[in-house]
Amino acid sequence: MSVFSGHLPASKRVLGFFAVLVAAFAAVAIVGLIVSMFGIFIAGGAQHLSWSFLSEAPRNNNMEGGIFPAIFGTALLVLIMSILGVPIGTATAIYLNEYAKQTSVFARSVRFAVNTLAGVPSIVFGLFGVGFFVQFLGKGLDGMMYGSMEAKVFGQESLLWCSATLAVLTLPVVIVAVEEALRAVPRELREASLALGATKWQTIIKVVLPNSVTGILTGSILAVSRGAGEVAAILFVGVAYSMDGNVGLTEKFMHLGYHLYVLATQSPDVEKALPLQYATTLVLLGLTFLLNFTAIYIRSRLRTKA
Amino acid sequence: MAKETSIKARTQTFSFFYGQKQALFDINIDMHENRVTAFIGPSGCGKSTFLRSINRMNDLIESTKHTGLMEVDGVDVYGSDVDVVTLRRRIGMVFQKSTPFPKSIFENITYGLTLTGKKSKSELEEVVESSLRRAALWEEVKDRLHHSALGLSGGQQQRLCIARAVSVNPEILLMDEPCSALDPISTGKVEELITQLKDQYTIVLVTHNMQQAARVSDYTGFFLMGKLIEFDRTRTIFTSPSKKETEDYITGRFG
Amino acid sequence: MNRFSATSKRFGEHIAEWSIRIVASLSILVIFLIFVFVFREAAGLFSGAQRSQAAAEAAASASATPADHEQDVYNPDEETDSAATTSPSNANDQDVYNPDATIEEPAPAAASTATPEEAPQASKSLWEQLTGSIWQPVSEDPKFGLIPLFIGTTKTTIVAIVIGAPLGILAALYTAFFASPRVRNIVKPTIELLAGFPSVVIGFFCLTIVATFLQDVLGTAFRLNALVGGFGLSLAVIPLVYSIAEESLTAVPRSLREASLALGSTEWQTAYRVMLPAAAPGVFAAVLLGVGRAFGETMIALMATGNAAMKTWSVFEPARTFAATIGSEMGEVVWGSEHYGILFLLGSMLFLFSFGLNAVTELYVKSRLIKKFQGK
Repeated sequence: MSVFSGHLPASKRVLGFFAVLVAAFAAVAIVGLIVSMFGIFIAGGAQHLSWSFLSEAPRNNNMEGGIFPAIFGTALLVLIMSILGVPIGTATAIYLNEYAKQTSVFARSVRFAVNTLAGVPSIVFGLFGVGFFVQFLGKGLDGMMYGSMEAKVFGQESLLWCSATLAVLTLPVVIVAVEEALRAVPRELREASLALGATKWQTIIKVVLPNSVTGILTGSILAVSRGAGEVAAILFVGVAYSMDGNVGLTEKFMHLGYHLYVLATQSPDVEKALPLQYATTLVLLGLTFLLNFTAIYIRSRLRTKA
Repeated sequence: MAKETSIKARTQTFSFFYGQKQALFDINIDMHENRVTAFIGPSGCGKSTFLRSINRMNDLIESTKHTGLMEVDGVDVYGSDVDVVTLRRRIGMVFQKSTPFPKSIFENITYGLTLTGKKSKSELEEVVESSLRRAALWEEVKDRLHHSALGLSGGQQQRLCIARAVSVNPEILLMDEPCSALDPISTGKVEELITQLKDQYTIVLVTHNMQQAARVSDYTGFFLMGKLIEFDRTRTIFTSPSKKETEDYITGRFG
Repeated sequence: MNRFSATSKRFGEHIAEWSIRIVASLSILVIFLIFVFVFREAAGLFSGAQRSQAAAEAAASASATPADHEQDVYNPDEETDSAATTSPSNANDQDVYNPDATIEEPAPAAASTATPEEAPQASKSLWEQLTGSIWQPVSEDPKFGLIPLFIGTTKTTIVAIVIGAPLGILAALYTAFFASPRVRNIVKPTIELLAGFPSVVIGFFCLTIVATFLQDVLGTAFRLNALVGGFGLSLAVIPLVYSIAEESLTAVPRSLREASLALGSTEWQTAYRVMLPAAAPGVFAAVLLGVGRAFGETMIALMATGNAAMKTWSVFEPARTFAATIGSEMGEVVWGSEHYGILFLLGSMLFLFSFGLNAVTELYVKSRLIKKFQGK
């Protein structure tokens, strides 16, 4: 026994052991749960994943056939949502990170709005989607372009308005991600550019953006992947129970997440539909993670290039 | 020592504030054309703040303000009709940390030129060569102009930054501790460069290295806690300073 | 003019800056539009000017008096600044409108359900309807009592937080202080992976697997109940609480930890007694955001709670949350009807609640954090 050993009474050491054990248990429990979720999904759905499942339309009240329209619809939704949301998010992040003064009331309002937006429940975005995009903007557009508010072109639930709703929903996530990418550009580079007589905008275009493009891309993709599986916000903005091929911007569309919801809760025979549900889950998770892995891939590719 | 030249830039009772905190107190300095003016002093003494006030880099920091006069060629650089972008084009700056853009060497040098519109290829090539020559870097990099500037050594990167700064033909060159991150050999090269460049430019140099100030500068100012303690010809400062604080500092009894 | 005057007016520069500014203001505009468009539909309820036929029919049974009364009670424009309330019934409605106050002491809310007498439907005012204890929107005689929904939302949220917050915080403590780098590099990304799970997938998992499992273990009468739903919500809460808690734990200055260790305390004592209290405001913020997430989550609640609007606090019985109610009923509701307006009212409440929660975290927690680390 050295003088350094045993300076804690045994009871305290037991307490310490349990303190660490409890924390470790929490972590292990969560990880275990996640792993078993994956296991259950794979076990339940893997044998149902086939080319025909991925490439065919559903038949017989969604109980047979594939989920191609849902995959296609979801992919299209993600694409349009990105086109609408990422530029706005990037511009906002540029404002917040490059132009805004800490003391400016406007900048603080923007920041507060972004933070608030991030906390708004997705179902409220759904209400907003119906109330604003479909009823107000859509019908207004119809009124302007077709002379009647009831022309039912833009003024109905559709892929376009679902994308717009999700673009708004993912906006705060995109903003935060892009801001992070912009912050990673060293301040010295901006100063060097400005000291050469570049204007602020020239500095942003020629130095800041090229040096953060990787981060912006990966951040945006990660942000957008959050929107890919979001169902609540588009529940009544344009998802369809079943579709027979027609895909249009102003039409309803099939969505993987909604399809899963419908299969799980409204199938005539839920038990029989179970393998379909598992397989759909796998495809939905696959799509989400595909986006994540793309982001990681882009990051590593561009990093080695620079 | 060279004879007096005309005054390129000067300040009168120039004070500077970060928020409530005063960083510079009533600075009066004349900076002479085609001469190297060096500022020395312990870190945090305000010498960098002063340097960054000349080309208004401090504008980038929020809630700063100044009082007094900062003149370049008789124009108040904080005057209302001064365009800060034009001002910075006329006043080049080299930073403590070398800051090459992650682009090719060629693109780094032409960055400043292309800001004001398209230039012909031959024009650009000409400027790249002359700038790199002036920065004594041409021989080392002429075969890899289109390689990334990040592949250069630290000393080369800093000389690249000097070449980049002179590419737009500024009148004044501000150097903020340009050698503090360099090894002795690179430092020697940059110092040599500074003495060559002063034929064409007015150089203002901030350094924490007293020997460097003694070696390359014609005038030296000693800053302490935001005040300019003493300003004179370099030889005078280092051989017979009139203030006790200066003497303590240069003999190493201080800080 | 002098030699440093601008050589060009730089219109492009100004256009760029103003474009950026205008785009940035979109975030504010969206918040404003959510206010306007979600609240406007709900406001229809209180103005008495129901638009559709169905609403007119529903209102026909109600006499004109309560409709007038409603107008006094409710000025939707003033809804945002609660300070302007004068009428007693409006003051009363703060209980429902500020669920965050009632969550801590649910007893009064529960007690108040007994107060409204089961008077004949026809003469019921809107306020009486909303405080009723039956939610039965689609029937001959629709009833819009929010009490069961409120109880349902509260109890599932409580379950979610009781399960999710400790797990998330403890896991954060583990990876921040106890885990070896190798273990941390497995645990952290895995938990963050959970954040990327679409909630419909979690809902599906609870509906098919967890519900059956818990019923087998606990032998509950209902397969889907508040416990299953709350557990599902906790899966959404855990990654959120975990990442924010972990972030604030690792943000505690190293010096604090070293000082504590140097004084002879062990790693676990330092973690629990020094680091956790030091990071308390951040951890508190994590839990608050977790509450917001659980409260507003739709798909999990929709799929796993059983969705029956029951006035019971038992977690072994089904529950119906505000969000799930909107989610399941919005699709079939008659546009412009009273039911429609009430669903938007629920949405407004969810929005106000999340707005309030965000304001609290913003203003209170951040200032506390700053105070703590800067010693002001």
